Amino acid sequence: MSSSCDVVVIGAGIVGTACAWECARRGLQTVVVDECGAGGGATAAGMGHIVVMDDSPAQLALTSYSQRLWRELAAELPAEAEFEMCGTLWVASDEEEMGEVRRKQGVYASAGVRTEVLAANALAEAEPHLRRPLAGALLVPTDAVLYPPSSTAFLLRQAMRAGARFQSARKVISAEQGRVRLDDGTELRAPRIVNACGAESVELLPELPIRKRKGHLAITDRYPGFVRHQLVELGYLKSAHSVSTDSVAFNVQPRQTGQLLIGSSREYGAETPGVNHALLAKMIERAQDYLPGIGKMQAIRVWTGFRAATPDKLPLIGPWAGDDSLFLATGHEGLGITTSLGTAKLLVRAMLGEKTEIPADPYLPDRFAHNGHGAGNDEVHVHSHSAESSHV
Amino acid sequence: MKDSFDILVVGAGPAGIAAAVSAAACGKRVGLVDDNPAAGGQIWRSGGEVPDDAQRWIAMLEASSVARLQGWRVFDAPRSGVLHAERGDGECGELCYKNLILATGARERFLPFPGWTLPNVMGAGGLDALVRGGVPIAGKRVVVAGTGPLLLAVAAHLKRHGARIVAVCEQAPLSRLVRFASRLLGEPAKLRQGAEYRIAIRGARYLTGCWIVAAHGRDRVESVRLRQGSKQWDVACDFVGCGFHLVPNIELPALLGCRIDHGFVSVDDSMQTSVPGVYCVGEPTGIGGVELAVLEGEIAGRAAAGRADEARKHAQRRRGKLGFLRALQEVCTLDPQLRSLPTADTRICRCEDVRLVSLDGHNTWRDAKLQTRCGMGPCQGRVCGPATEFLFGWRVESVRPPIFPALVSSLGSACEADGLQQNSAPQGASPAFEKETL
Repeated sequence: MSSSCDVVVIGAGIVGTACAWECARRGLQTVVVDECGAGGGATAAGMGHIVVMDDSPAQLALTSYSQRLWRELAAELPAEAEFEMCGTLWVASDEEEMGEVRRKQGVYASAGVRTEVLAANALAEAEPHLRRPLAGALLVPTDAVLYPPSSTAFLLRQAMRAGARFQSARKVISAEQGRVRLDDGTELRAPRIVNACGAESVELLPELPIRKRKGHLAITDRYPGFVRHQLVELGYLKSAHSVSTDSVAFNVQPRQTGQLLIGSSREYGAETPGVNHALLAKMIERAQDYLPGIGKMQAIRVWTGFRAATPDKLPLIGPWAGDDSLFLATGHEGLGITTSLGTAKLLVRAMLGEKTEIPADPYLPDRFAHNGHGAGNDEVHVHSHSAESSHV
Repeated sequence: MKDSFDILVVGAGPAGIAAAVSAAACGKRVGLVDDNPAAGGQIWRSGGEVPDDAQRWIAMLEASSVARLQGWRVFDAPRSGVLHAERGDGECGELCYKNLILATGARERFLPFPGWTLPNVMGAGGLDALVRGGVPIAGKRVVVAGTGPLLLAVAAHLKRHGARIVAVCEQAPLSRLVRFASRLLGEPAKLRQGAEYRIAIRGARYLTGCWIVAAHGRDRVESVRLRQGSKQWDVACDFVGCGFHLVPNIELPALLGCRIDHGFVSVDDSMQTSVPGVYCVGEPTGIGGVELAVLEGEIAGRAAAGRADEARKHAQRRRGKLGFLRALQEVCTLDPQLRSLPTADTRICRCEDVRLVSLDGHNTWRDAKLQTRCGMGPCQGRVCGPATEFLFGWRVESVRPPIFPALVSSLGSACEADGLQQNSAPQGASPAFEKETL
C-alpha cells in the first residue's frame, strides 16, 4: 500500500515539526512520521534555551535569526510552551573573562543583537545567589527559555492546522529515491523527503558526518526566584575542558515552575543512555561552584540525551547530493531548539528555489562532500569548546 | 559515610529483617538499610500493638550482629556493588556489597475519584500509620474503602483506637470473596485472622462490590457517596482510608537492571534476580503478605550467605504458599467500572496538578508525562503511575536516578565514590554509624 504527498518529514522533534509547519503553510502537502509523539526524543531531553551563540559567524547568523523568529512567534505560543524572555547571563569569573565579555558584546552588536555589560555589583544584584566575587557578565536580554515538548506539540498542531498529517508510532525503515518505507509495510511517496532525525539521522543515511554527543541534565524541586536568568559560564577561555572530549560547563536555567535545570555535559563515544555518574558529579560540582546554594536543593530527576554533532558545529540544512529527493535538517548539536525555526525557513526556501533571508551556504550538506568523505571521519577537531548553551 | 558488607539488605520490613538475621546467622557481615528510624517496615511499624511474630523477629535482629543503617534512604546505584544513600540531615553514604538483598516492600495503590485529594481522605494504610503515630481517632467516623485484606485489618485497628467505623467498602464482589475464603481453608491461621477482624468491627457495615464514587466537603471531607450495584447513597464521615491493594516498590530493582515481569521482579528458587548476586524478597516479587515475605527473607539470607542446601529446604515451603499469592491477586482484581470514577476535572497527578481531561488523547505514559508533567513531581509518579496504568493501560517505563529525590550535593558526591578524589575511606573501614541507629 502506498500513498503520496509533496513532502515527508521524518522526525517529529522540534526541527521536524518546525519544517513541517513551514512546508504546510507554503502549500506543500506534508506528512510527518515519528516513532513516538511530538518532541519525544532529544527535544524532550533538551533544556529549551533560545540563545544567540557566536562560535562562528554562521552560527551567529543562524542563532540570531532564529532567536528573532521565536520572539515574533512568542505571542502565538500557548501558555504550556512556557516561553519566557528571561535573558542569558554569560558569567565572567575574572578580568580575562571580562575581556571576552566586551569582545562578545562587539560581535553580537554586529549581528544586531543588543547586549548589556554588567559589572560585579550589577551581577550580584541581578543574581544574588551566584558566588562572590565574580567579575561581571554579559546580559543578552532577548534570549529566552521555553518548554520544548509542549512547544513542539504546538508546532505540530500548527502544521496540522495548515494541512499536514501526522503518522505516529511508525518507524521508518528506509527513505530514498522518493520512497519512505514504514515498519507496517506501507510506503509513502513524495518528491521530497526531509531527514530531521537528529542523532538518529545516520540510521537512514550512514554516510552523514554526524556523531552522537551525549549530555546530562538534572532538575530540582521548585525554588521560585532563586535564579532569574539563564546562567552560563564564560570560562571556556582557559578551561581545561576544551582539550578533552568529555567536559562539563556551568549552565543553569530557571523554569517557569520554579524548578532549576542543571547542565551541562558533553561526551563522545557514549552510546547508552545510562547516567555517567563521574561526569554527573563533575557537572554538579561545577554548578555548586557558581551557585553554592544549589547543593541544598532537592534533585528530582537526572536524564541524558544525544545531540547530533557535526565536525564544524553547524547543522546540515538543504539538499543531499546523493539523492535528489533527500533533504536534511539535522546535525544541530546543542542548538536545535533555538535554530529550529530558522532551519525551517532556510530549508523550505531552498526547496522552493527562493532567496533566503540569511546566506544558506554555510549549512549546506555538500560542504562535507568536497573534501572526500566528511563521514566516518573519527578525528573531529573541535576548534573551540565554548561553554555554549547546552540543550541536552 | 562509607562502609562495605558481605551482604547488604535494603528494607527493614519483615522480609528484610528475616533476610538480614538469616544471613548474619551464617557468619556474614550484614548491613540493613532503611529510610525509617525504626525497623519493622510499613506492616510491623512500631506504635500500638506489635504482633508476636514481629516482636520475635525484631528481638532476633537486635540480638544479631547486623549493622543497622536506620534513617538512610537508598537513592542511586552508581555502579555494580555500590549503593548511595542519604540521611535525613543530608549526609550522603556509600554502601558497598558483595551480595545484595532487595526487600523494598510495597505501597498502596490509589485510584482517583472526585474529592480524593480532600484533607482527611488518605490511604487506608496511611490512616493506620497516622493513628499509630498518635493522631487521635476516638469518636471519629471513618469509612474504609478499596480492596484487599488490608481494609479489614485497618478497620479493626482503628476501631480498637475508638474510631466509629461507618462502613468498610470492598470493591470485589461477594462471590469472589467467598471463593477466596474457600481457598484459605488450608490456611486456618489466615482464616482465623480474617474472622477476628470481622468480629472486631461488628456493627460496622461491610459492603462488597461497593466503592466510593466521590468525597465531598469544604475544608476537609464531610461525606462520601457510595455505590453498590445500582444503589448510590451518601454517608457522613470525618476520615476516609482508601487503598486499592498494593503496588510493589520495584524502582531500585529496575534501576539495578533486574528483570521485571508483569510488574514484579523475577526471581529463581533461591530468590535471586536476573542480576547475579542480587536477590529480591517480599512484595516486589509478588504481593503475598507477611508470612511469605518472611519465608522469602529466610531463603535469600541463606542463599546469599552461600548456604544453598538450607535455602532449598525453605524454598519448598515457599512453593506451597504461592497459592495464597495467586488467590490474593485474583480477589483484588480491580473492577473495570472503577476506571470511570474520575471525571474530567479530577486531579490525577497531585504533585503537578494534572487533571484527567489533559491526559486524554495521549498514547503512552511518556507522551503524557512530557506534555502534561503528569508524574514529574517529587513523588516521581509513584502515585499517578499505578493509577494511570489502571486507567489507561500505560506502562511506566524507564527508571532513572535518583529513585527518590536527593540533595543536589548528594548526587554530586558521587565523585568521591567514583574515585575522582583519592582520599575516600578505605574499603572495609567501619565508621561509627552503628551508634547512630536506635
